[in-house]
Amino acid sequence: MAQSLVKEFTKGLWTEIPLFRLVLGLCPALAVTKTCENGIGMGVATTFVLVFSNILVSMLRNIIPSKVRIACYIVIIATFVTIVEFMMQAYTYELFLKLGIFIPLIVVNCLVLGRAEAFAGKNTVLPSAMDGIGMGIGFTLALGSLGALRELIGAGTLTIWGGTPAFTIGHGYIPFQFMIEAPGAFVGLGMMLCLMNLISKK
Amino acid sequence: MGDLFVLAISCIFINNILLAQFLGNCPFLGTSKKMETAVGMSMAVVFVLVMAGIITWMVDTYLLKALDVEFLRTVSFILVIASLVQFVEMFLKKSIPGLYAGLGIFLPLITTNCAVMGVCLINIKEEYSFIEALVSSFSYALGFGLALILFAGVRERVILARVPKPLQDTSVGLMTAGLIALIFTVFRGMV
Repeated sequence: MAQSLVKEFTKGLWTEIPLFRLVLGLCPALAVTKTCENGIGMGVATTFVLVFSNILVSMLRNIIPSKVRIACYIVIIATFVTIVEFMMQAYTYELFLKLGIFIPLIVVNCLVLGRAEAFAGKNTVLPSAMDGIGMGIGFTLALGSLGALRELIGAGTLTIWGGTPAFTIGHGYIPFQFMIEAPGAFVGLGMMLCLMNLISKK
Repeated sequence: MGDLFVLAISCIFINNILLAQFLGNCPFLGTSKKMETAVGMSMAVVFVLVMAGIITWMVDTYLLKALDVEFLRTVSFILVIASLVQFVEMFLKKSIPGLYAGLGIFLPLITTNCAVMGVCLINIKEEYSFIEALVSSFSYALGFGLALILFAGVRERVILARVPKPLQDTSVGLMTAGLIALIFTVFRGMV
């Protein structure tokens, strides 16, 4: 039992890491990763929604009729997204402004609905919660690393939390602005996917 | 009239929903391997997005703002979109079976297409009037179709090329999308 729980948790971190393996949840990944901080903030918000919607969906899985299950899942997810929106507005207002419409758009993030449909709708509460936590952390890691890559190359800084850069490349570095522009997002993610394929093949 | 034209141009090219705003990227990568599916998806999006844009604008103005319950926006919008998609699907199946067969599986997928929800939210955030919301929904949908069909055309060629193994499939697809996005940044100076 304990072993399978650990498995549900760790699969989200590497073997089924959402962004790179399942290629789900691309829109926020491309749009908010201008800095590492934004990526992590978005990841944490998504993790919250993912964990609680997974728990609730798995609790209600025997009550929800299968014909209207998608609509029910979406209502559950939308409720938690609204909660996240309010919490971020209250406690992390600057991040809330930066992420903008991408917070309400967690509702239509295919990762959240995908996990509800593929996992939480078929499993009991505890594995679903672990699955949500694992997938959420994996998603946060993926967003954070993509954000770090883009910020390092595109601006020469690295911001992890709080708005001030934790690390700056020396003065001689001329930022390669392409990476924080829109096209850089696609190319950056493409390169990271390629890197993942290279590493996992060995 | 001139303002509306500028709005339409900026929605189609400059703020292109896929390449500049990053909304609707999952179907962008998922349905662009073949030209046929790309055209089907584009048509479905134009159809649903225009209707969703109008209805959510009305819901927001006459229901949520009038009753002062704007915090229900996320929940109500997604419900409107989900039921609209279901309704459109049933309607087309009964009355225009040709179009229904053409759109096929893309209709139900649109519920979780963040381009639809995103445009509805942008319409509210920018405080567009009814006509402006209509124009922006339609032009964003056109921009979606334009980018998707262009991308599908390029991707059909890339499949024929010899791509190094780790780069294959999604990875090279993303790089291609990056190049197309780079082309679209040229439009920025237009308005």
